[in-house]
Amino acid sequence: MKKKNSFKTSHNRRSFIKVSAATGGGMLIGFNLLTGCKSDPPAVAKPKVIPLPDPSQWFDINAYLKIGDTGLVSIISPNPEIGQNVKTSMPMIVAEELDVAWKDVVVEQSPLNSVDFDRQVAGGSQSIRQSWTALRQAGATAKKILVDTAAERWGIDASECSVSEGVITSPTGETLKYGELVAEASGREVPEEVELKDPSEFKIIGQSQVNVDMEGILSGTAVFGIDYRIEGMKHAVVLRPPAFGKELVSFDDAAAKNVNGVEQVLKFGNKIAVVANSTWAAMKGKKALTAEWKEVGPIEDSAYHTKTLKEHLVKKAEEARRVDGDVDAAFAQADEVIERIYEAPFLPHTCMEPMNFYANVTAEGAKLVGPIQTPKWTQSKVATLLGIEEDKVTVHMTRMGGGFGRRLYGDFADEAAEISSLIKAPVQVLFSREDDMTAGTYRPGSAYRFKVGIKDGQLSSYHLTEAFFNGEMFGNMPSNFPAGAIENYRVDCHNIESNITTGAWRAPYANFLASAEQSFFDELAEHLGKDPIDFRLELFAKAKEQPIGEEHNYEIDKFVNVIKMAREKSNWDTKKTGVHKGFSAYYSHNTYVAEVAEMVIENDLPVVKKVICAIDCGIVVNPKAAKNQAEGGVVDGLGHAMYGQFEIEGGRAKQTNFGVADYKLIRMMDAPEVEVHFAENQNDPTGLGEPTLPPAGGALSNALYAATGKRFYKQPFITEMEVKG
Amino acid sequence: MANYKIKINGETRTVEADPDTPLLWVLRDSLELRGTKYGCGVAQCGACTVHVDGAAMRSCSLPISQIEDQEVKTIEGLSPDLSHPLQEAWREHDVPQCGYCQAGQIMSAAALLADNPSPSEKEIESFMNGNICRCGTYNRIKAAIQTAAKK
Repeated sequence: MKKKNSFKTSHNRRSFIKVSAATGGGMLIGFNLLTGCKSDPPAVAKPKVIPLPDPSQWFDINAYLKIGDTGLVSIISPNPEIGQNVKTSMPMIVAEELDVAWKDVVVEQSPLNSVDFDRQVAGGSQSIRQSWTALRQAGATAKKILVDTAAERWGIDASECSVSEGVITSPTGETLKYGELVAEASGREVPEEVELKDPSEFKIIGQSQVNVDMEGILSGTAVFGIDYRIEGMKHAVVLRPPAFGKELVSFDDAAAKNVNGVEQVLKFGNKIAVVANSTWAAMKGKKALTAEWKEVGPIEDSAYHTKTLKEHLVKKAEEARRVDGDVDAAFAQADEVIERIYEAPFLPHTCMEPMNFYANVTAEGAKLVGPIQTPKWTQSKVATLLGIEEDKVTVHMTRMGGGFGRRLYGDFADEAAEISSLIKAPVQVLFSREDDMTAGTYRPGSAYRFKVGIKDGQLSSYHLTEAFFNGEMFGNMPSNFPAGAIENYRVDCHNIESNITTGAWRAPYANFLASAEQSFFDELAEHLGKDPIDFRLELFAKAKEQPIGEEHNYEIDKFVNVIKMAREKSNWDTKKTGVHKGFSAYYSHNTYVAEVAEMVIENDLPVVKKVICAIDCGIVVNPKAAKNQAEGGVVDGLGHAMYGQFEIEGGRAKQTNFGVADYKLIRMMDAPEVEVHFAENQNDPTGLGEPTLPPAGGALSNALYAATGKRFYKQPFITEMEVKG
Repeated sequence: MANYKIKINGETRTVEADPDTPLLWVLRDSLELRGTKYGCGVAQCGACTVHVDGAAMRSCSLPISQIEDQEVKTIEGLSPDLSHPLQEAWREHDVPQCGYCQAGQIMSAAALLADNPSPSEKEIESFMNGNICRCGTYNRIKAAIQTAAKK
């Protein structure tokens, strides 16, 4: 018998005490809060595999799962679903260790539940990585209880039983199904130790499972935040300051109040809410408002941002983030010094579902429902805002129409809570697209300066300077590659204050740093007369043989492996007439990615036709969905590097919607084919929501150089193209 | 406010609304049909796509007063049991990520296929270029349309 991994259970150890009434198949769509909705349940196409029938009684096993008397299993998905597939992939991990057939599983979204779950956050590509063991234990402990019950009934040792798809078999061939045992098992203590499967035994993990909300999405009945409704709910839109650095002086709401359906207009803080009986009435009411604003702070613009960033790049920080050797001494002795500056603008998140949230604040507390990546933080902020205890604030997460970091910040939930407390009624706040783009929590503008010294044909020094609004490189990023590979190495960061609200944006920091660095590497390799991949591999070899400095944050073998995979899968070393290739590789969010972009010239314009992507994210839980994440990250990364032109003018977003002359997101015509290859191994999984995005900009700029002979230093590249596409 | 009689998914419904109310908000707020999504309000993202007399239209920019006596079809009415070839193909290719834009994508694609049952890749790209997907599922959308076209 294979050696099993034994783990102490760390999650909820409640045994089968709670028996709940059956809620039937309605749970399939998984948001039991919404039974108040008037829409009929969707007609679901007859599935190809028939699941077990709905139970008449459910038995709670632990926080993650309950089993019905028919054997049907309901698995609770703890983390918010923003399109990263956790509502499918996290329950798959539980089901794997529970040893049931995936067709016999229904999935339910958990609300915020800090008692049972540690990290109900969608961010940093961490959901699967950080919950991996807890999810497996949840399934494994339940399985053990059921097997112990069966063994007792048969009077044998539990180790003599085998389990497959919810059926326990004795050595003599007797069988018992989970559904037949669950009532009897309900008094048992949760075991303190459980055995987890060896990855070679996985039957569900590693097999592609369709998105559990597929029926809802295809029928239009999946409930996003914007779709949440409850009897008596009001609709609110908010007029916010017209620019960062402005404050409300006075307003005239006479015309707004005359709009059919508008019920109240009220000032809260520096904003005005229009409350109506329909969305359209609220939107019209807002348009009818007039307000006077005064300047209270600096009024910034993009020209100021560029100028300020560049001024900082020539300075050293008071304290460097990492120093190996002495870059200045090395520069003085170098045969040659090369310096390049890269710049990227502020960026809005442009989630397809504009920000929105529902709140109902009563004397009993506050009930919040909506799309949020950080329910726990929202609970805490709203409790503070309302001056009530945290346990009086409940947060339910709906499916989210994208997040990309914007929904880490619950400013919209705060607004809903504040308005509800003022009007004493349930309310949903909705941002228009223009609100969404002008009241953003933007990816800050940033710039990087790379300065290297070359001595005897080798890199002798490397100095990276970062200038960043409202933040700086965080964590162990200064120890990213090529730290460890170059004798004299230094990272300086400048954090410049801005009154524009900023925050995390898909693959924070790395999203542009990677693009800049990988472009620079390409130029450097060319300068040294080396193939771009060989150039990198030589640096890794150096870091491996004689690592510089105390530590670096990447595993050389994994990194080199994905680079070699991308080289092989893209036939990098075979030149193809008319195809121009760009290489890029980056490690972020615990996942290694290498990409090759293939570009051709069509009608005198450079076009990316294909991106080949090699990834090491450990065990791939749900392959087809994992590929989807990887493909999307590449398309998103290329799109923003190429087209994301966002400017601040007079303290306000200049681009406010998706019009032709306005903000451009990548569209189908511009999206290349993406070919995804995963490294095959049995390491614990890491995330995929972000890591394929950072290298994409570099692969693009390097392919652009190969195709056009021009280097691109400023995003979006479209602004530096001679012919605009 | 005025009363409007509209044919939605084969049913005649009467709604009271201001004449300038976009069909999108009539569907979502008055008729409880919230599969059709709000994305931009200016007909640039395609999330609100419905069929009006069979043609793909952006419901966010279509006042209710302009569509009397026309047949409106929304994602909820595309098929009674998710058996439309596009819905089957969407499932086969596991297309959605966040899923928000997908109703609009499917409705655009359905109008395309109704008009042109075997579109070329270029024709698909051109027709679908009005529908944005921030998650970047374009390749799967295209593949699903090609799969559905073969059925």
